[in-house]
Amino acid sequence: MSEPAPGIVAERDPADAVSLPPVTQVGMASLALIVAAGIYLSAHLPKHVPLTPAVVLLAASALLLAGNLAALARVTGFAWQRFLQVARWALLAYAFIAGMIEYVFLRNHTSGGPLVVLTLALVVFAVHVPVLIGFTVARYADGS
Amino acid sequence: MTSPLGVLEAGGPPAAALERPDFQIVPRAGLPMVALVMALLITAIAVNKLWPLEFFHVVGGAAWTVIDLFLGFILGPIIGRMSIPARIEFTTRLMPKMVLLMPTVVTVTLAAGWQLGTHLGTVQSSYALHGWVVASFIVVGVMAVVALGLLEPANIAVLVELKKPRPNPAVIERLMKRFIYAAGVTGLMQVATLVIMTKLASG
Repeated sequence: MSEPAPGIVAERDPADAVSLPPVTQVGMASLALIVAAGIYLSAHLPKHVPLTPAVVLLAASALLLAGNLAALARVTGFAWQRFLQVARWALLAYAFIAGMIEYVFLRNHTSGGPLVVLTLALVVFAVHVPVLIGFTVARYADGS
Repeated sequence: MTSPLGVLEAGGPPAAALERPDFQIVPRAGLPMVALVMALLITAIAVNKLWPLEFFHVVGGAAWTVIDLFLGFILGPIIGRMSIPARIEFTTRLMPKMVLLMPTVVTVTLAAGWQLGTHLGTVQSSYALHGWVVASFIVVGVMAVVALGLLEPANIAVLVELKKPRPNPAVIERLMKRFIYAAGVTGLMQVATLVIMTKLASG
């Protein structure tokens, strides 16, 4: 939008006021890693494949999630109240979506190591997406 | 203080309120419909019959593809040329619906699609067109990362910003650009999906 409308405050972007870590970029990288792990496993069905590549991808994704949260925790003046307000509802929605996907895996008798890897990947997915949504909203919250 | 554009600057006196339709970020009236669709989807997966699985996958996939293409290539450029008040009014009417619609459509398409692939054996590595199936996984993966990392957060953040008594145009501009560009990327991916799916359907 190139010009503000009457009644809208023309002020600078609040996200520029606080130095923020690259949460969105790291979050997308984390999601890409678990997607890659899921594609690797599903592309080889029903053959048994070494789980190591999927485990490495999952571990890297989980590390990025932990790193994202740690980096965010160190930001002073971040609108945590707004973040939690949004992220908790998003967590509920994405936990349901992850549950649906898990249900499909169980329905198709996925078991053992692949099920563990896929379940943990869904946990990372169901946590990281709400973090991204909460972060995107909170970074523009007043007073951040 | 009012600028030549009639815009309030930060710290200025209150302005005449901008016409913004009242809206809910998550339209509660749509939740029962989402719950119904999810219940039907679970039933379709549980009974594992061809027709309901095909129905959910084709209907969900068609809706997903058409919405992405329409938003990315038709509505996006139109929104970009609208006046600010028109854009805001359009956004407040469109985006809340997208908050419920897109996650539902995507979940239905993917869950029913995986179950359908299992039912038909097309997700097995022995399937003749397995390479095309894996290509579809990759395309969906790219769309998922873009949609979950950029589109959905931008969608929610725009609506939260518009709910504020004095929305910040810089924030709305940045988020809407992100939303439209991300929709364009997923639109391009949807073209690839169309190529793959028609190839799979025709053998």
